[in-house]
Amino acid sequence: MPQIGMKPNDPVPVLSVLNQDGALDETLEPDLSEDTLHRMYRTMLEARLFDERLLNLQRQGKLGTFAPVRGQEAAQVGSISALEEDDWMVPSFRENAAALWRGTPMDGLFLFIAGYNEGLAIPDGKKDLPVAVPVASQLPHAVGLAYAEKFRKTDNVAMVYFGDGATSEGDFHEALNFAGVMEVPVVFVCQNNQWAISVPRKKQTASHSIAQKAHAYGIQGIQVDGNDVLAVHAATRDAVERARNEHKPTLIECVTYRMEVHTTADDPTVYRDDEDVEAWEERDPIKRMRDYLTGKDIWSDDQEEELRDTVKKQIEEAWKKTQKTIEGLDDPTVIFDHMFDEPTHLIKEQRARFEQDLQSGRDADE
Amino acid sequence: MSDKRTMVDALNLALHEEMKRDDNAILLGEDVGVDGGIFRVSKGLIETFGEERIIDTPLAESGIVGTAIGMAMAGLRPIAEMQFSGFSYFAYHQIESHAARMRWRSRGRYHVPLVVRMPYGGGVRALEHHSESREVIYTHTPGLRTVIPSGPKNACQLLKAAIRDPDPVIFLEPKAVYRSVKEEVPEDLDPLPLDKAAHVREGDELTFVSYGAMLHRTLEAADRLQEEDGISCDVIDLLTLAPLDAATVVKSASQTGRVVVVTEAPQSYGPAAEIAARVAEDAFVKLEAPVGRVAGYDIHMPFFAREQSYLPSVDRITDTARYTLEF
Ligand SMILES: Cc1ncc(C[n+]2csc(CCOP(=O)(O)OP(=O)(O)O)c2C)c(N)n1
Ligand SMILES: [Mg+2]
Repeated sequence: MPQIGMKPNDPVPVLSVLNQDGALDETLEPDLSEDTLHRMYRTMLEARLFDERLLNLQRQGKLGTFAPVRGQEAAQVGSISALEEDDWMVPSFRENAAALWRGTPMDGLFLFIAGYNEGLAIPDGKKDLPVAVPVASQLPHAVGLAYAEKFRKTDNVAMVYFGDGATSEGDFHEALNFAGVMEVPVVFVCQNNQWAISVPRKKQTASHSIAQKAHAYGIQGIQVDGNDVLAVHAATRDAVERARNEHKPTLIECVTYRMEVHTTADDPTVYRDDEDVEAWEERDPIKRMRDYLTGKDIWSDDQEEELRDTVKKQIEEAWKKTQKTIEGLDDPTVIFDHMFDEPTHLIKEQRARFEQDLQSGRDADE
Repeated sequence: MSDKRTMVDALNLALHEEMKRDDNAILLGEDVGVDGGIFRVSKGLIETFGEERIIDTPLAESGIVGTAIGMAMAGLRPIAEMQFSGFSYFAYHQIESHAARMRWRSRGRYHVPLVVRMPYGGGVRALEHHSESREVIYTHTPGLRTVIPSGPKNACQLLKAAIRDPDPVIFLEPKAVYRSVKEEVPEDLDPLPLDKAAHVREGDELTFVSYGAMLHRTLEAADRLQEEDGISCDVIDLLTLAPLDAATVVKSASQTGRVVVVTEAPQSYGPAAEIAARVAEDAFVKLEAPVGRVAGYDIHMPFFAREQSYLPSVDRITDTARYTLEF
């Protein structure tokens, strides 16, 4: 039998800029201003502390279930910081860090996790999509958004986030294929955090890398150290430019780790060892960026302490504001809102009956 | 030792017993193996039956059901899990285009003894897409049986029946009941038939028809009507929605003359509409009042802070019953 000359593991470029100790490969260092670096660091820290507060409030029964970011701050902030305001941001359900960078108010995030639809409202003018829970379902939307930008001859792009698990869904493959065929300005950002709930990356795909899946669709793929904010940023900026200038899609695989529970409904001790998690603790993206900033002499312990205080206050204020907002959300008839441009006669009828029931003092069951 | 079990434990027992009984039974889905299922319904199965029979699949509902259809045609007995019914839409085309049709398409050469299990329904403060009741998508698809247990014991018996059935069965598990009810569920129970409703309470003034989690609110409303109004209600638990056991409903309707259907599915074109039609067709002359419907509204399930405003409350059920009684 003649052997066909193909290597099983089609190699893709792999990028890392900062090593584990924050030491740098200067040839690859992206050119970022001190302000931008500070803003990136602040957003990563905001995401980390916000996560901690969310967990804490969730455990007190004040919030519903949510998906923590911990460990993935660099993957999100490194990539989203390469996007402009006029570009589209298409999230999955674990992108609080990216959302914070885009200016999503913390009290909106709180409100969403407290179970109010109002928390998912997108401020006018912002080109962000609402959280998408059905895994991978948002990928084709990004292709369509990007097509519309190209159609209108703007130079805007679309960026879409998803996990390693999402790459198993048909929607992932269809989106990459469409993007390749239609040549649209889209950037696919996969946060490979090694787990899809309890299923490890190895059981998700027999491919050597996720990035290499790009090749099957005729688009570029690159794997980056997802805990290295500079590498993620450099790779994403490159991809965004290629999308903007040449309408060429890219798949970026950020290799990272889900340090927390999948969501607060999950118990990871059933399926993974603490040692694995601890090993990744060494590669903590926030610590690594701090080491880099300190090494560059643009960050001090005092600044660190001050920033932590400021962010903690910001979180507490947002939570207070959320609680106030919730007090004002006592009209349940809003459940009939936003079904159609104009409510249909059927919705009007049902809403009227619902209001009547409310007036006759009939409460919903708890 | 007491055999009191939750619905989760009862389903787990049914899976253990059926997998032991039939070497061809295979469980596949997301997180069903090592994790034991996100609700722990398949806990311990991988330890007992191994990775070949308990498969943690990649994250792809269409892949899960499509693969299960292939397994079923080749003589295995796949039990596929959709993590939530809200993600079963990814698999719907496999269910409609092939699972439901293979026997018919192949003129009887192939059949698809497949169970697709999925938690459904509201009331557990879950995220978006985790609380809907879209059972009619399945009851409206010819070639499928659609089963919805209401308690631990019937869940165990119905799941056994579903696994043994030679045709595809959609098995919807009301997750609001997963842990809220405990009941005596001994080992080695017999399966229940997949076309029979259960008469769970006898009464002669009004017929309640319900299923799943709403059965429990319906029973509360029946208690209240008995206590406050001295009204005795007949209560029917459908158990299998498709094919509908219309005979049991019609018989009761003919005796009481008054029927109220309780479901958390959106009202229009919902299960209550079908039941009302069957009652109107077959018990018309015996009816004293139009059939009452207590259902969800024709809106999306609100996020969890307001899900109880959507779900039929005991108050709404009681009010509708009183209206029907006074008509
Ligand atoms: C279509 C679909 N199937 C199942 C689920 C349930 N679910 C939510 S998240 C998740 C795992 C996602 O893994 P991955 O894509 O790696 O993202 P991560 O959670 O790791 O961020 C699953 C199975 C879902 N939300 N959508
Ligand atoms: Mg993942």
